[in-house]
Amino acid sequence: MKRLLSAFAAGLVFGSGLLLSGMADPARVLGFFDLFGVWDPTLALVMAGGLTVTALGYRWCLRRAGPLCAVQYQIPANQSLDGRLFMGSALFGLGWGLVGYCPGPAILSAGGGVSQAWWFCLGMVAGMLVWRALEYAQLPQGRVAH
Amino acid sequence: MVLAEFSPFTALAGGMLIGAAAVLLMLVNGRIMGIAGIVGGLLGGGRDADTGWRLAFVAGLLLPAMIAGVSGGLNGPAVDLGLPVLLGAGFLVGLGTRMANGCTSGHGICGLSRLSKRSLAAVATFMAVCGVTVYVSRHLWGA
Repeated sequence: MKRLLSAFAAGLVFGSGLLLSGMADPARVLGFFDLFGVWDPTLALVMAGGLTVTALGYRWCLRRAGPLCAVQYQIPANQSLDGRLFMGSALFGLGWGLVGYCPGPAILSAGGGVSQAWWFCLGMVAGMLVWRALEYAQLPQGRVAH
Repeated sequence: MVLAEFSPFTALAGGMLIGAAAVLLMLVNGRIMGIAGIVGGLLGGGRDADTGWRLAFVAGLLLPAMIAGVSGGLNGPAVDLGLPVLLGAGFLVGLGTRMANGCTSGHGICGLSRLSKRSLAAVATFMAVCGVTVYVSRHLWGA
């Protein structure tokens, strides 16, 4: 129950942060990348605020023996700079630059009734399902993907 | 360079809230706050030990979204992009973030905060490609 409550609270605080910072507005996001137009520095400040709090907070968390309501911290151990990482990030960057939505703001905007975000999220879910199907196809028989 | 009108304090404060959410999820649940992973993990069909907290996170995200939507505080894309672009760009974001195991929150906020090499490479790649895409679509395409 505590795990559900804290995840709910984290989602709520995350969504509020997106709204307050202006990152739910795709024009503001695209404005940051438009160096040769009217430049909007907002995204850099949002990242600066987010990285400062997270870097300090994570260090404090990881000094503790473990999380409050789970067995252990689940930190990705993968260190490899492989083709999947670069290819996937490039595809993401292309889609992000076309519309100005990354996954968080897209879901938030869809939930807030922005009809263009509904279509974007429909495509996003399809893309996630396609990747899931591709991953299953690559797995040796009998293994289950997570 | 021409600067847009922006609000540095709400940008910083909003970013700090995003960071606080990431810290809360790590402190209590021991998990990275990656939106693509949270949503992608819900799409498998079956239920597992992570289904509950992922659903709770999305529900928490949707609450301020609906309040903002009802009070008229949400802007969609500034231009009408049309269905094929919206669906296609969404598809690329969904496929790409799952393929790369992370998006702006998972790699950008959480990964960079713990100095992950993979996340640094991912962020540099998606930011560069996003920048080129914006340049081409705004300054070359039909210009």
